[in-house]
Amino acid sequence: MKRPSGTRSILLGLFCLLSAGSAEAHILPGQATGFFSGILHPISGLDHILAMVSVGVWGAQLGAPAIWVLPVTFPIMMAFGGLAGFLGVPLPAIEIGIALSMVVLGAAVTLEAKPPQFAVMAVVAFFAIFHGYAHGTELPRGDSALLYSLGFVMATGCLHLLGITLGLIHRWAWGKGALRLAGTAVSLIGVFFLWSAAA
Amino acid sequence: MTSWSRGHQRVASDALAALSGALAVSPAEAHLVTTGLGPIYDGVSHVFLSPEDLVPAVVLALLGGRCGPETGRRVLFVLPLAWLLGGLVGLVAAGVAALPDLAWLSFVIVGGLVAANLKLSSAIITALAALLGLFHGFLNGSTMGYSADGLRALIGVAATIFVLSALFAAAVVAFRQEALRIGVQVLGSWTAATGILLLGWLLR
Repeated sequence: MKRPSGTRSILLGLFCLLSAGSAEAHILPGQATGFFSGILHPISGLDHILAMVSVGVWGAQLGAPAIWVLPVTFPIMMAFGGLAGFLGVPLPAIEIGIALSMVVLGAAVTLEAKPPQFAVMAVVAFFAIFHGYAHGTELPRGDSALLYSLGFVMATGCLHLLGITLGLIHRWAWGKGALRLAGTAVSLIGVFFLWSAAA
Repeated sequence: MTSWSRGHQRVASDALAALSGALAVSPAEAHLVTTGLGPIYDGVSHVFLSPEDLVPAVVLALLGGRCGPETGRRVLFVLPLAWLLGGLVGLVAAGVAALPDLAWLSFVIVGGLVAANLKLSSAIITALAALLGLFHGFLNGSTMGYSADGLRALIGVAATIFVLSALFAAAVVAFRQEALRIGVQVLGSWTAATGILLLGWLLR
């Protein structure tokens, strides 16, 4: 079979480029323009990233059923927090709540805390509302709410999955030590955020 | 003519072909994607390019499959038929009747049921499939009514829903590993969360 020449490949590429849809010239930076802008939102802040990953790591340390209950609970509670943020329901000390979530979740990972199942869910659900609320008030206006929301929720879920995957090293002794160290680091960063928020 | 100049002539003709192809791009249509392959394929592509239809249909198929092969089979037939029926009503009622934007509710109900891992009766799932199919079908039909081939596009939509329901319901029925079943539950949670955020967006 005769291979297409390099020139033909370039022309094919040119054809594809020229065939692209019309440019959307009026989209402003920061608008809810689609799936990928939704994905980028939760990973744009260190505090959110560390808290989400810590939820996954803690779930992995706790094992079943927490390992799957937490990633199921968190997005829904976060969305309720987001709804409250959208509606402008007053919720005090949001930044302090988010910083506190890092301190508490990091400490839970460090200590390998194993409270009763309902307490684990309550802690995670409580902090999820703060994170969701902050996102709800920050979410930009735009014309693609569904795609943006899908990307936003999936990115949050993927951060949990990343945490669970990292938490799987818990089965080895060195892994337990590494997770404890990471949990301590998250708590310390949380203390810094807490201090910044309170100042 | 030398081979060098023949080569350039070929490049020039290819460039001309590429340019003319690019300039011949068809105009966008807001409510029905035009594939250029006919209304049936327009209907097929509509499903894949409309997450407000695609996601609830897939998650409902997952829900049906989770409740066993019998429920999965019911969803397989009830959902596309209801979708087609709702679409036909929508075609007739285009411009006359309108439904509120309740896509978020489909996400919340179907996603919430999958996330909660409830064992629902086959009758409830079937009724849910009928309601969801009628609602989304009506919305599709009422927008497609403005195009000449709305009926054939609807057939494409319903056929795609049938195939997707078959694939996803059968996949869940076949899941034996606990991790995969939990994965479905997490997908349900993401769907419900998306629906709640959509509601917030609407109310803002």
